Amino acid sequence: MNGPQDMGGMMGFGLIAPEKNEPLFHAPWEKRALAISLAMGGTRQWSIDASRHAREKIPPDQYWSLSYYEIWIEGLERLLVDHKLLEGQPKQVPRLEAARVAPVLAKGSAYTRDVAAPPLFNIGGRVKVRNLHASGHTRLPGYLRGATGEILATHKAHVFPDSNAHGLGENPQHLYTVRFLARDVFGNSSTDELHADLFEPYLEARACPAKV
Amino acid sequence: MPHDGHDHDDENSELSPIALRVRALESLLVEKGYVDPAALDVLIDTYENKIGPRNGAKVVAKAWTDPAYAAWLKRDATAAIESLGFTGRQGEHMVALFNTAETHNMVVCTLCSCYPWPVLGLPPVWYKSPPYRSRAVMDPRSVLAEFGVTLPETTKISVWDSTAEVRYLVIPLRPANTEGMDEEELAALVNRDSMIGTRLAGRVA
Repeated sequence: MNGPQDMGGMMGFGLIAPEKNEPLFHAPWEKRALAISLAMGGTRQWSIDASRHAREKIPPDQYWSLSYYEIWIEGLERLLVDHKLLEGQPKQVPRLEAARVAPVLAKGSAYTRDVAAPPLFNIGGRVKVRNLHASGHTRLPGYLRGATGEILATHKAHVFPDSNAHGLGENPQHLYTVRFLARDVFGNSSTDELHADLFEPYLEARACPAKV
Repeated sequence: MPHDGHDHDDENSELSPIALRVRALESLLVEKGYVDPAALDVLIDTYENKIGPRNGAKVVAKAWTDPAYAAWLKRDATAAIESLGFTGRQGEHMVALFNTAETHNMVVCTLCSCYPWPVLGLPPVWYKSPPYRSRAVMDPRSVLAEFGVTLPETTKISVWDSTAEVRYLVIPLRPANTEGMDEEELAALVNRDSMIGTRLAGRVA
């Protein structure tokens, strides 16, 4: 969705102001916010895509005024309400037990999936980013719409966040790293390059040869 | 166990609204049986004490000293990093980006806060905040300037937006005059930001 999370190329947010000797947490509650977010993720009631979507649905004025762990808590509360986990009798969920934390974190969850369809694009191929404005979750950043780039790498098929975030199945799609010239994206005279990892449905073939 | 280091009766009066809210939410989730309180302590301990940028620094130092390892890292970063014991959540699909004299790499997640946790730990606040997320793709040189880094005009900046589940680790250039150093000494020169691409390797002033 064209939500507050889609910030690439926006202006006016000011200085980055990296903090010297930044602590890992700035208040004790941030540790608890991280831990309960991860522990609830461990109950597998929703996907990582759904949790990202819960955060990006926070209205822009609110999203931009919250710290990152505040965004996480706001998102977590929305997920708990959406999944009706707080009302009535507790639901049966597979709790993440302390003894399982280390192996679960060390294992992670691979997002690659086997699919029968061959990839539409090959390394070196020219592609144009479709002019998509998804109303739901998407991992296509707005600043790349309409841009033409080159397939730099293929990553096999991955779980498709645009489907998975909405409980519509993993619907795996081929994933590509696409290289863009910064000047083609932002209309400046930069010689720099930009890369993004884009799913096949975001892309269409572009026959025109690359201009150098 | 108290959550905020206070043990006395009026502790709630000292807590901010968000601290109270998180405490209430935690209590509710524990009461409902969804969360194991001991698991929360293990999760926090993991990212406070076990997983952090020293992991990534070991990967970089090994890449600097062992050409075969560097080649493996280029070919299959996930496996090469796993061989040092760093695996799992938010590092399932790793790619290593080698800086050269011609190209400097910088990693961002414009859409949220994607970051290679097994090698770098939890991201710093600036990485997750609007100024960096908005500017890194459009104006990377001004970002570098804020970190005190000025690259020659002839050095191309290559920005990587972590828009899917691939996670990127920058392998910074090895600092000059480090020929005699072993892996451990070299790892001490690898600061976290150099592995994101917003600084160079070397001691941070």
